[in-house]
Amino acid sequence: MTDARAAIVALACLSACTSSGGGPRVTVASKAFTESVILGEVAAALARGAGADVEHRRQLGGTEIVFRALETGAVDVYPEYTGTLTLEILRAEMTGTSGGRTLADVLTAHGLRATRALGFHNNYGIAMTEARAAALGIRRISDLRAHPELRVVLSNEVMSRADGWPGLRAAYALPQAARGMDHDLAYRAIAGGAADVTDVYTTDAEIRAHGLRVLDDDRRFFAAYEALFVYRADLATRAPAVVAAIARLEGRVDNAAMIALNARAKLDHVPESEVAADFLTTHIGGAVTPAARERVLATIAARATEHTAMVALSLLAAIAVAVPLGIVAARRPRLGRVVVGVAGLLQTVPSLALLVLLIPVVGIGSPPAVAALFLYGLLPIVRNTHAGLVGIPESLRVSARALGLPSAARLRLVELPLAMPTIVAGIKTSAVIAVGTATVGALVGAGGFGQPILTGIRLNDFGLILQGALPAAAMAVGLESLLAAVERRVVPRGLRPPAA
Amino acid sequence: MNLRLAGVTKRYGAGAAVDGLDLTFASGKTTALLGPSGCGKSTVLRLLVALVTPDAGQVEADGRPLPAHDIEALRRRIGYVIQDGGLFPHLTAAGNVTLMARHLGWDAARIAARLEELRALTRFPADGLTRYPNELSGGQVQRVAIMRGLLLDPEVLLLDEPLSALDPLVRAELRDDLRAIFRSLGKTVIIVTHDVGEAAHLADVVVLMRDGRVVQQGPMATLAATPADPFVAAFLATGNGVPAVTEPQR
Repeated sequence: MTDARAAIVALACLSACTSSGGGPRVTVASKAFTESVILGEVAAALARGAGADVEHRRQLGGTEIVFRALETGAVDVYPEYTGTLTLEILRAEMTGTSGGRTLADVLTAHGLRATRALGFHNNYGIAMTEARAAALGIRRISDLRAHPELRVVLSNEVMSRADGWPGLRAAYALPQAARGMDHDLAYRAIAGGAADVTDVYTTDAEIRAHGLRVLDDDRRFFAAYEALFVYRADLATRAPAVVAAIARLEGRVDNAAMIALNARAKLDHVPESEVAADFLTTHIGGAVTPAARERVLATIAARATEHTAMVALSLLAAIAVAVPLGIVAARRPRLGRVVVGVAGLLQTVPSLALLVLLIPVVGIGSPPAVAALFLYGLLPIVRNTHAGLVGIPESLRVSARALGLPSAARLRLVELPLAMPTIVAGIKTSAVIAVGTATVGALVGAGGFGQPILTGIRLNDFGLILQGALPAAAMAVGLESLLAAVERRVVPRGLRPPAA
Repeated sequence: MNLRLAGVTKRYGAGAAVDGLDLTFASGKTTALLGPSGCGKSTVLRLLVALVTPDAGQVEADGRPLPAHDIEALRRRIGYVIQDGGLFPHLTAAGNVTLMARHLGWDAARIAARLEELRALTRFPADGLTRYPNELSGGQVQRVAIMRGLLLDPEVLLLDEPLSALDPLVRAELRDDLRAIFRSLGKTVIIVTHDVGEAAHLADVVVLMRDGRVVQQGPMATLAATPADPFVAAFLATGNGVPAVTEPQR
């Protein structure tokens, strides 16, 4: 670990890292959808029962992030699907020249292992309302061919993927044209009678809620997405009891059970930890102590602390680096073009991609979020420092030199004060960007106001979304006025427009 | 301090701003560099404080070429008031005047005493010291710039068109004050102007320039009585009627 990396980790760990003595430390992770979070809670409870000191990194922002975190050791175990592993993450290696390698072989090459299948499969599926399907006598996907009048509405992802609608339509020679829309909206369309056929994930809680019939994939078009846990090979030596405990789930969770669990969390709004604990006591056996429930106010306070820490750390670091860079850029025009160009390039990297790239360097949690915010914060400050210094009238530069001020003193006494209004404007821009962008920190487990937003989107809970969005907006406004006050302190009166 | 230009040429782009110029500035005298816009007179001032370096020839102070390093020490011995004053907008009048003193670590009492001396010398209003440049009149700006140039009690004072941007009444008043200041200080003063009347009023010696060269130099009376060529006679005849065209800043 480099010094810089250690420093970032140390700073960002202030709130995140708590240690308690005892068993091995195990980090469980889950992706940002309810089923994954429930399975993460189940695994966390089992690991805790096996004596481990467990941390559950809930709802990380996607397969790329979680798998990268697992590979680098920031995460020890998380629930995954065979289809995702073989068709997405490890596709190249599975189908490479070597050929015929099993999933276990490829995982071993990555220092990973997997449990056996848990019992349910979360495939893509095609569904209709039970009533409509019964009326038309449709049981299999191939039955759809006889009903070209049916209106097909699919989630956008399925519309575009080769192994989605285009392939399905060809495989079954379906006559219908499909429209794409958001997955949740597609459910509402079919429940409201605005559509007849939609795609589902075969463990979606909505299947039961909306009374849907999942049609038989009689030509075996959709790949199997069997659930299992992937874990680091070293976990088996570090915490064999944990691996054994999680393995107790193998073959114990069928589709009906998983749909029921999803429905309790998503439709009945029971916290995932409680859903997991109930499942373990009734199906797996053994005493389970659910994690303590958090109170709303305490949660908001904790989110605010995380969010503020992320913004403050990244902004201070960005100022400390970007202002000197801007000065160098202003004094050496050729280097300056390079510096501003690179900072601009960083700005164009999508936040999710940047976070994925940062995980191997700084792990998960707040360090990659702080690092990403820091990188995004550089450009406005570098550019404005550069512009502020370059924009100083030539006559004032000449005056400062003619007085006999040496270079460093000219910078400190004349040039920086004159550039200050522009520099402060750049800092304000960076601060507002940081407050907004910090919400994506939740994707890598950094907490902050993005956490309730992410959960709210996942559970379709508007109140929860507001719990994150409103404080974040308030923080942006508050920070603006705080910086306006700072501006009044650091921008000399002579540089402000004269009072009316 | 004796300042001398020996065969100095300085080019900007295609044309020469000064062209093989030989000039000696007498110690303790006021010299006016006079001539039409673009004749190279402002460039002479910049050469003297090494803000520009000659393409040929050399600039000498006390018989030695200007040093390549530590030019700051020389600049502190020469007060240079650029056109329009060049006051720093982020500092008050007092802040502008005493900037170098604070940089050099003078104590507060010494700074206050020197500020008061300069204020009295330039007849600057006491209540103006706390104002920012954008709150001062044109004449006040020039007085502050002159105070700033004189702070370290330099041996030489350079002024670039100190009166050109002022309206006529203020201009006449400041012109008279400048003459009084030059007389009382007895320093070497070099003032750039395109105004024949100002040169006559302020200078012991007039250097009339055209196209980067000296056409004629000497007391104004001599130039008037025995013009070296028709240009001298014609330029002197313009008197105060020359429109106040200012040279662009390089």
